[in-house]
Amino acid sequence: MYRSHVLVCGGTGCTSSNSQKIIETMEAEIKAKGLENEVQVIRTGCFGLCALGPIMIVYPEGCFYSEVKVEDVPEIVEEHLLKGRMVKRLLYTETVTPTEIKGLNDTNFYKTQHRVALKNCGVINPEDINEYIAYDGYQALAKCLTELTPEQVIQIVKDSGLRGRGGGGFPTGLKWSFTAANKADQKYVVCNADEGDPGAFMDRSVLEGDPHCIIEAMAICGYATGATEGYVYVRAEYPIAVARLQIAINQAKELGLLGKNIFGSGFDFDLHIKLGAGAFVCGEETALMTSIEGNRGEPRPRPPYPAVKGLFGKPTTENNVETFANIPPIIRKGADWFASMGTEKSKGTKVFALGGKIKNTGLVEVPMGTTLRDVIYEIGGGIPGGKAFKAAQTGGPSGGCIPASLMDTPIDYDNLTAIGCMMGSGGLIVMDEDNCMVDIAKFFLDFTVDESCGKCTPCRVGTKRLLEMLDKITEGKATLEDLDKLEELCHYIKDNSLCGLGQTAPNPVLATLKFFRDEYVAHVVDKKCPAGVCKSLLSFSIEADKCKGCTLCAKKCPVGAISGKVKEAHTIDTTKCIKCGVCMDSCRFNAIIKK
Amino acid sequence: MLKKISTIPFKDTAEQAAKLDAVIAECTPDVSKLMHVMQEAQGIYGYLPFEVQQKIADGMKVPLEKVYGVATFYAQFALSPKGKYAISVCLGTACYVKGAQELLDELSAQLGIGAEECTADGKFSLTACRCIGACGLAPVITVNDDVYGKITAADIAGILAKYQD
Repeated sequence: MYRSHVLVCGGTGCTSSNSQKIIETMEAEIKAKGLENEVQVIRTGCFGLCALGPIMIVYPEGCFYSEVKVEDVPEIVEEHLLKGRMVKRLLYTETVTPTEIKGLNDTNFYKTQHRVALKNCGVINPEDINEYIAYDGYQALAKCLTELTPEQVIQIVKDSGLRGRGGGGFPTGLKWSFTAANKADQKYVVCNADEGDPGAFMDRSVLEGDPHCIIEAMAICGYATGATEGYVYVRAEYPIAVARLQIAINQAKELGLLGKNIFGSGFDFDLHIKLGAGAFVCGEETALMTSIEGNRGEPRPRPPYPAVKGLFGKPTTENNVETFANIPPIIRKGADWFASMGTEKSKGTKVFALGGKIKNTGLVEVPMGTTLRDVIYEIGGGIPGGKAFKAAQTGGPSGGCIPASLMDTPIDYDNLTAIGCMMGSGGLIVMDEDNCMVDIAKFFLDFTVDESCGKCTPCRVGTKRLLEMLDKITEGKATLEDLDKLEELCHYIKDNSLCGLGQTAPNPVLATLKFFRDEYVAHVVDKKCPAGVCKSLLSFSIEADKCKGCTLCAKKCPVGAISGKVKEAHTIDTTKCIKCGVCMDSCRFNAIIKK
Repeated sequence: MLKKISTIPFKDTAEQAAKLDAVIAECTPDVSKLMHVMQEAQGIYGYLPFEVQQKIADGMKVPLEKVYGVATFYAQFALSPKGKYAISVCLGTACYVKGAQELLDELSAQLGIGAEECTADGKFSLTACRCIGACGLAPVITVNDDVYGKITAADIAGILAKYQD
């Protein structure tokens, strides 16, 4: 028995800011003080508050240290672990009040969150199956195999109202029942962990923090649908997730929780990892299966649907990581418990990866129906630097944006679709007044043009033409007629593309056109970029009354466009200026303005 | 993304060739393991020159066209060698809205190479990569396995200075 446990986040964010070195130093210091039998250091998955990493929690006190540096470790060991005095200067400031130290769950970031899929992330050691089992792990699988028929399992999933968390929102139980209904000598379960949506890292965090819940859920799905083999298709860019999943699979096999005759029930289930190689289209289910088969990941026309003819031509059920992560708790706690959370048609919770211009970047899980305002201002801590919120982008390159006027919309599948947006997989990128919405649309189109697999013409050629039109707009060369053409082409691509990638590729353009048409018009008619992002439309100038004539900007300018005498106001020659902005960054008197 | 194809002559060692042979032998004739073999091959050589693609095609008895097709489809496969220090600038959404493009421009200016290129001395290569998932640290660049987060264009010179050996 240890008297104290130190949990250090080993998610990708914190590992990138050196948490591995912190763990090693901590273990060495603990040993040097002779505390190795009293204090245990555990590397966990993501705590969620990535902005303040590396993060550490010391139990039993539950005290939450943030932005810990390797140099801080000796002090924590000496003061806290040896002498029992918290190192106040490292405590997460939200937990410190003048009179007391608050629990983590009372802070704004955590108090409105409700963790189902992320229940074990940041709590257990993901590389130890015994910790997962101690947190009710594999109970759901045991219950299915020993007490329930496959039909009953599917009924529970149907009754829970769980919908696919990958973005589409298709009812999971219904999907399972389609595969179950098809007879075949071999069926497959596939877990889609090809999280290609830029700015999203929900699935990665689940795999890193709680890999066993995915294994358990896939085995349950296998039992319910009659499949005996499963594949997890995971991005090669997620090395930590891949390593932990492999460890978890090996441990499950050792304990007989994967393999032949699980729990003596006669049910066999085996699991393989397949590494993706960086292709966004592989997040589309048929493309993903083509890729597992060893080919270029091009999508196949549907029907036939995967439930009839999927992986290697056999009936296949495919779900994404977060969907699977909800399965074990649904089986353990029942459909009613799950259905009690959320809105009428969207049950349960949703994990979001908060990023962009927001204070608390990180991973959050909230009940469906929470408003965007709560997520951004309550949990996310608002916009840094006192800037104004402009929009939140959901669903990545397939999604749309939510403007400030719709911030009180409860987030669920149907509400977001109704406002021309989509839930997506859960990436939520916040943008402030300094972001140009036309530029953002262009950024996503640039991404889709790159990632279009080229199989069908509307997507391959259409997205390229869309990008060219957006280029024209940001360069100030477009006319109002171009805006109409832009919209027309968007609808054409949506209606005629083969797979989800092409069908959703115009969404960022349509959503920004809908909510921020004035910005487009400003680019086209006034030849101005209101946010000051699109370089071709910018011009820099110096306000004579603020300029002190310090000559710093003239020295820094790489093209010698600034001239003027010492202690007199300077001027910028706009014909020479390359709009790099160095002058603006270097000016100490805020005398340089861009318009 | 258009891939730059290397013009540097291909060299390999007996050790590298033996490793690749072993991987091919282990996975043949299961064609669904083609990507796995190519990933291993890239681990051995650092990139996938035509000679290596040909060897995989012959070994696994698949057309070279298929190997080339897979190599050019996925972002992970490189057809030209990486520098001693491979620099990646994350251009995921979170990094982009926080100014990652400026980091890429600055690196490009200081190194004198564009994205997907390698310096003439083979020291630095530059890639614009998709989201690496460290969005909490945006904007992020990586140099081999070292991660630099929350940086600005002004930090670039200092970072490059660390890799002068």
